[in-house]
Amino acid sequence: MDFSIGIKGQDYVILAEDMNAAHSIILNQQDHTKMLDLNDHLLLARTGELGDGVQCAEYLQKNIQLYQLRNGYEMRSNAAANYIRKYLADSIRSQEPMNVNILLAAYDTISKEPQLYYIDYMGSMATVPFAAHGHGALFSLGIIDRYYSRSMSRDEALSVLKKCIVELKKRFIVNYTSFNVQVVDSQGIHQLDRIVA
Amino acid sequence: MTGRYDRAITVFSPDGHLFQVEYAQEAVKQGTCAVAVRGADTIVLAVEKKAVAKLQEERTVRKIVQLDKHVVMAFAGLHADARVLISRARVECQSHQLTVEDPVTVEYITRYLSQIKQQYTQSNGRRPFGVSCLLAGFDNDSDIPRIYQTDPAGNYFEWKANAIGRSAKTVHEFLEKNYSDDIVAERKGVIKLAIKALFEVVQSGAKNMDVAVIRKGTNLEMLSQDEISSYIKIIEKEREEEAQRKKGGGR
Repeated sequence: MDFSIGIKGQDYVILAEDMNAAHSIILNQQDHTKMLDLNDHLLLARTGELGDGVQCAEYLQKNIQLYQLRNGYEMRSNAAANYIRKYLADSIRSQEPMNVNILLAAYDTISKEPQLYYIDYMGSMATVPFAAHGHGALFSLGIIDRYYSRSMSRDEALSVLKKCIVELKKRFIVNYTSFNVQVVDSQGIHQLDRIVA
Repeated sequence: MTGRYDRAITVFSPDGHLFQVEYAQEAVKQGTCAVAVRGADTIVLAVEKKAVAKLQEERTVRKIVQLDKHVVMAFAGLHADARVLISRARVECQSHQLTVEDPVTVEYITRYLSQIKQQYTQSNGRRPFGVSCLLAGFDNDSDIPRIYQTDPAGNYFEWKANAIGRSAKTVHEFLEKNYSDDIVAERKGVIKLAIKALFEVVQSGAKNMDVAVIRKGTNLEMLSQDEISSYIKIIEKEREEEAQRKKGGGR
């Protein structure tokens, strides 16, 4: 029942995610953040099983930090994405697979390119200009297809994001009260205003 | 089969000494010197850099390493042994944060390293680490700078200022004579004292010194060669003036 969405521009990647923390029919929290900074230029948005998500994201974060301390420089976006992918691929082949889907927003400080990675719980990965996880994806991808361009500004990307949210509000059975929005660019990871549906 | 029954290498001597540990401490005394000085809000680590062979690249493989964002370590002794300890410490820093959500305190990670070192003085077939460490940093919830020292035996102590490695005794005596809360109240004072202390041993100057400055909330700062040289110039000038004064007064 989670929904996460990412849009990549010329020099930024915007990630947005719903803030519900629910178990079955009970909504425990409406302001729960499911995004985590893995390092200064890597942002992970997770959907799926809540407990698995926390475990997975924190473990990945600490290992990416360890890499940085060991080697003296940040893990590059491509390396981190593949590391995360392998972690999930190993997990699905284990006795207790992690049920976590991930959108990874990155800014590669060496090639000076933003990147968006779509990684799912089975360990499949795609580098994409925009993506979404969850049932909400069914409603959003068509909308973004219609309005997306690589050269769009951050405000334009946010307005497309809002269009998706309006559509979800109208046609999706789950009520998302608010969305956490963050952006990754050359300066790092920034928090944007929450979008209240 | 025989592996299990390897005799312990570190056994007591008749007069109660652990010679292997003492020999490890000797190994440390042969390592290049490292000094740590704690001020009111600054910690300075100054280490002796060995002169590089002509054909060797002047690598930035330092004796000052970061264990975590807020904990820095300098060591004296066997570099390869230190690498092992550093690796274990770095993993533990992350592991600790993963489990309890808090960054390690400097004391915690010191204790962790000391425990490892002690285990190696009491295990089958293992020899002690030939490394002494100076750990420096600020705990997450406090502004108090901290310096800890570990030795091959697995002892650890907190210090206001200390030195390890070759001629550590000389440097330590110098620090005892010259350390005062007034001198180390400011960042510059701490840096100057640390460089001055190391200068007792490293006569050749800035090109054989690495100096790191640690403050709360900021990244580790390594001083450039020029900065170190400028401090040394001031120190040398003061020395000359002191010598002149003595000559003039001792008539």
